[in-house]
Amino acid sequence: MTDDVLVHMAGVSKAFGSFTAVDTVELDLKAGEFFSLLGPSGCGKSTLLRMIAGFEEPTAGSISIDGKPMAGVPANMRATNMVFQSYAIFPHLNVADNVAFGLRSQKMTRAEIDTRVAEILSTVGLQELGARRANELSGGQRQRVALARALVLKPKVLLLDEPLSALDKKLREQMQIELRRLQRVVGITFLMVTHDQYEAMTISDRIGVMFDGKLAQVASPRELYQRPATRRVAEFIGGINFLPARANGAGQLEIRGFGTLPVPEGARINGGDVTLGLRPERFYLGREPAAEADISARARVEDFAFYGETIHYYLRIEGYDDTIVASVTNFQRAHHFEPGDEVFAGFRGRALVVLP
Amino acid sequence: MSGFTTHWYGELAKQEQLIDALWNSLLVGLISAFCATLLGALAARALARYRFPMKRGVHGLLMTPLVMPEVIVATSLLIMFLAIGLDPSLVAVTIGHIFINIPFATAIMLSSFEQFDDSLEEAAVDLGATEWGALRRVTLPVVAPGLLSSLLVSFTVSFDEFILAFFLSGTKPTLPVYIWGQVRFPAKLPIVLALGTLLLVASFLLLIAAEYFRRRAARLTAPASGVYDD
Repeated sequence: MTDDVLVHMAGVSKAFGSFTAVDTVELDLKAGEFFSLLGPSGCGKSTLLRMIAGFEEPTAGSISIDGKPMAGVPANMRATNMVFQSYAIFPHLNVADNVAFGLRSQKMTRAEIDTRVAEILSTVGLQELGARRANELSGGQRQRVALARALVLKPKVLLLDEPLSALDKKLREQMQIELRRLQRVVGITFLMVTHDQYEAMTISDRIGVMFDGKLAQVASPRELYQRPATRRVAEFIGGINFLPARANGAGQLEIRGFGTLPVPEGARINGGDVTLGLRPERFYLGREPAAEADISARARVEDFAFYGETIHYYLRIEGYDDTIVASVTNFQRAHHFEPGDEVFAGFRGRALVVLP
Repeated sequence: MSGFTTHWYGELAKQEQLIDALWNSLLVGLISAFCATLLGALAARALARYRFPMKRGVHGLLMTPLVMPEVIVATSLLIMFLAIGLDPSLVAVTIGHIFINIPFATAIMLSSFEQFDDSLEEAAVDLGATEWGALRRVTLPVVAPGLLSSLLVSFTVSFDEFILAFFLSGTKPTLPVYIWGQVRFPAKLPIVLALGTLLLVASFLLLIAAEYFRRRAARLTAPASGVYDD
């Protein structure tokens, strides 16, 4: 992957009447990366994608692709291709003709078209199905056709609008790995829109989280999870507990229900009240305070949920109205508690995330 | 009358006026079916795709010819045509038939366009086609069975229609008007019965074909869903 900027968005906004769908988005996509726009439905991520594709014009700001400004350039003249949420496979054409559709708009000989179609069909693993019609394909196969049809034109950016949402869970996980593999094989920049945080985390090089038309944070999946920029991002990406705390100015944090702890290294705290985020899996649970934990509090197990590989314990801790969630791997016998048990919940100082 | 004979079917071909009337009907049927399908397709596309004020009202208005008594429509059209200087003629009949065919064409095309996935057109444009290219290469082929179904139904309605044709046809009768004229002569009755049998069979076949294409359209344009598992 190089660091060349391929798609540059400067102050991009889109308003529909009085409703602002996308609000001054600044974002650069690098050549060859797999970037995901992640957010709840209605956050403007699809609108942003459609503006890059050329189906919508921004009401403010500019988009350029490969250094060329895109204002006024229609969708059919852009170096982008899209995989639609419904896949939009042409029902009157077979698989090969679907894939050849874009090539037939260009000046290209029949032989050339056939070669390119055969090539891309084998890349996506559909070499046997060229003669099939759309209504004879499974969901996963339709998706591969949609991918092949877009990729055969060698776009600079491949846009994917919720590409996996129509598939069932098992197939979706297979296709996540497949998408990632395909992106590495073709080396084209992929921009995917999704509302599924796990999908975005497992596939992407970088993720942009959007709320209410604004980009809240752009970071790698790991950074997004471990250093969320806002409370909302922290809540949207995985589970998290919020612990109110007060910095006393002497480098000590007073955490509600737990006690005092030195301010974690590198945390920007000016003093006063802060909110700390703590992921459920960072807790140590035991009948005694754990030796590894920097700080522990007494807790009463209120309930638990068994997920197979992990168990979530819902804990009552003094000073908190809501239960605190601690997740432990289903690995050690000692980790099993029943509702009503008295336990110690502890964590390390460096597991804390300071949230604005 | 006794016994079985196909004699009167043979007689049919010898009736010159009947052949003329048949041509008139075919002409009126084809033109009115084509125009009604074109107008109905445009209306259906607008109703299916866009939101605009008075949409329900417009839809209702397009369907009114279905519930208006044909005698009233025929009288009104006759008065109106005479007022604008259009004498009873095949042109007048054709216009009348376009009018009564619009609800059929609109309803059939609406079911085609409502199942049409709009992202198909966007996909075509995204893949480099122009708007016209998308219409020609994607939209029309996908709704083609609907168009065919609409043409067949409209043609059949026009071909069988009597009241409007009776009021508006003037000196050149369509087939139903000609038949009505012949019923008065007992000697012609066997020919009329033979003709009636043929018309019944033809209409029946046309409507079956229309229904076949309508269902095929519905199947083709049905939105993509993971119906089949891997």
